[in-house]
Amino acid sequence: MSAAINSGEALLSLKDISLSFGGVNALSGITFDVLKGEIRAIIGPNGAGKSSMLNVINGFYHPQQGEVWFDGALRGSLKPYQIARQGIARTFQNIALFKGMSTLDNLMTGRITKMHSNLFWQAIWKGKAEKEELKHRERVEHIIDFLEIQAIRKTPVGRLPYGLQKRVELGRALAAESKLLLLDEPMAGMNLEEKEDMCRFILDVRDEFGTTIALIEHDMGVVMDIADRVVVLDYGKKIGDGYPDEIRNDKRVIDAYLGVAHD
Amino acid sequence: MSPEILNTVEVVLNGLMAGVMYSLVALGFVLIFKASGIFNYAQGVMALFAALTLVGFQTGQVPFAHLINVIFGTDYHNWSNGINTVLAIILTMLVMILFAWLVERLVLRHLVNQAPIILFMATIGLAFFMEGLGDLMWGANIKVLDVGLPSGGSFWLEDVTRGWASEGANYYGMYIDVLDVWAAGIAIVLVIALMMFSQYTKTGRALRAVADDHQAALTVGISLRTIWIVVWSIAGFVALVAGIMWGAKSGIQFSLSLIALKALPVLILGGFTSIPGAIIGGLIIGVGEKLFEFTIGPMIGGATENWFAYVLALLFLMYRPQGLFGERIIERV
Repeated sequence: MSAAINSGEALLSLKDISLSFGGVNALSGITFDVLKGEIRAIIGPNGAGKSSMLNVINGFYHPQQGEVWFDGALRGSLKPYQIARQGIARTFQNIALFKGMSTLDNLMTGRITKMHSNLFWQAIWKGKAEKEELKHRERVEHIIDFLEIQAIRKTPVGRLPYGLQKRVELGRALAAESKLLLLDEPMAGMNLEEKEDMCRFILDVRDEFGTTIALIEHDMGVVMDIADRVVVLDYGKKIGDGYPDEIRNDKRVIDAYLGVAHD
Repeated sequence: MSPEILNTVEVVLNGLMAGVMYSLVALGFVLIFKASGIFNYAQGVMALFAALTLVGFQTGQVPFAHLINVIFGTDYHNWSNGINTVLAIILTMLVMILFAWLVERLVLRHLVNQAPIILFMATIGLAFFMEGLGDLMWGANIKVLDVGLPSGGSFWLEDVTRGWASEGANYYGMYIDVLDVWAAGIAIVLVIALMMFSQYTKTGRALRAVADDHQAALTVGISLRTIWIVVWSIAGFVALVAGIMWGAKSGIQFSLSLIALKALPVLILGGFTSIPGAIIGGLIIGVGEKLFEFTIGPMIGGATENWFAYVLALLFLMYRPQGLFGERIIERV
């Protein structure tokens, strides 16, 4: 466990979050926090509300009730792009890359929140805009090295195999240099080797960039290996929260996963 | 060389020039379609409106003069004897940016997540609205636009090419309008500039990102609304350039907005999502219709330019519906 967690300072706190679509309660009264520098896993059976949770955090959904505290301040009602600018990046379960663009360009879009030159200077590609392009290009090349995707820099990502697309998507999220990184099933559909690579990258990201990570994952082996703490959802309710060892032995969690007849 | 070959060359050259003009209009469609999935029916009217506004500024007309005079019983027509052309172009561009902002504010914003057909209908409404607004602001009379570009046939080219024909042949040299050459040159510069902009700048990259995936664009911190305003402004700029070229060529009148329809077959040929496609499509249509008129036209009574482009587009729809450069549509079942 990294030292930062021991300081116990929360980067993100969710307080009593409830979200419903019409009559369906996707999330009810969820409270948990993500500490600075930790890897926090969100697990639960299908339909438990994990992705809804991420969508609340990055602003695609607005909860009917509850508070989101990020980086020490209560967050108002913001649009997803504003939240991205505050320092939350994410990846998606079904990959949302810009398929027609090259790997390099995809990563460069990740830098958009960091670029400040105005349209006029961009149009003539001089002064600030030019310097900025070069500076950010350097940063992106560093991430490309880090993720070992040099070979596909110029390839349109739509042509890449699934595992590599996932890695490029992680790269784009990293390029944003966000404070909090949300990963929605980063290892779904991967083979064992790809999973091991991805695990290594996630751990390296935390250690090298100091990024706080919240991730959804179905592979329990992976979760228990890399997560510092785990929160468990089932039918939109929180049924467990704690260190991996505690979760592994929690009766409610085991019941939820194995399915137990209630009497 | 025999005069026939020289005549054919002349037809092809004229076709290329006309094609560049079609490309210019098609380009405006592609920009908006790529970034927002909207087929902007109003693109042609935007060109008309831009040209009207430019002439209005140039000649110092009072906007809404007729309306003001009717209501207040006054007799205003001009507030000055006209202003510098460059200044007028800059002012017109500002009006087009204001227009882009208004479109986002009053139309697009309220139609987010609606079906494409609804957005298409909205742009039809927009087209009629702008047509009326243009008339109301600047009057419905046909106007002459002169931005100082040279026009008329090139005597130099006529003299040079006359010498190419074989001795004693009945040939008087090629006729190429200098204005067309200028228009082609400006269009080429514009296209290269736009491609560089979209390739190598932050906003250009954001434009492509929005065109590719809205949701992903939001998560990297791109504001869709800002991008829409930028896109409509650029489309407004392209419309202005197209309006200037067509206006200088054939005067500013309502039929200017109908050239937009010629851009449709261009887009079907080139693909709705490809900037190079719009260019190549325009050139093929331009050359194709001129050559067809020149060779087959006389046999079937002429006036083939009215329908040739559409028939060609129809053939393309049958065999290559995504166009030459469009993204291939693969439906998984």
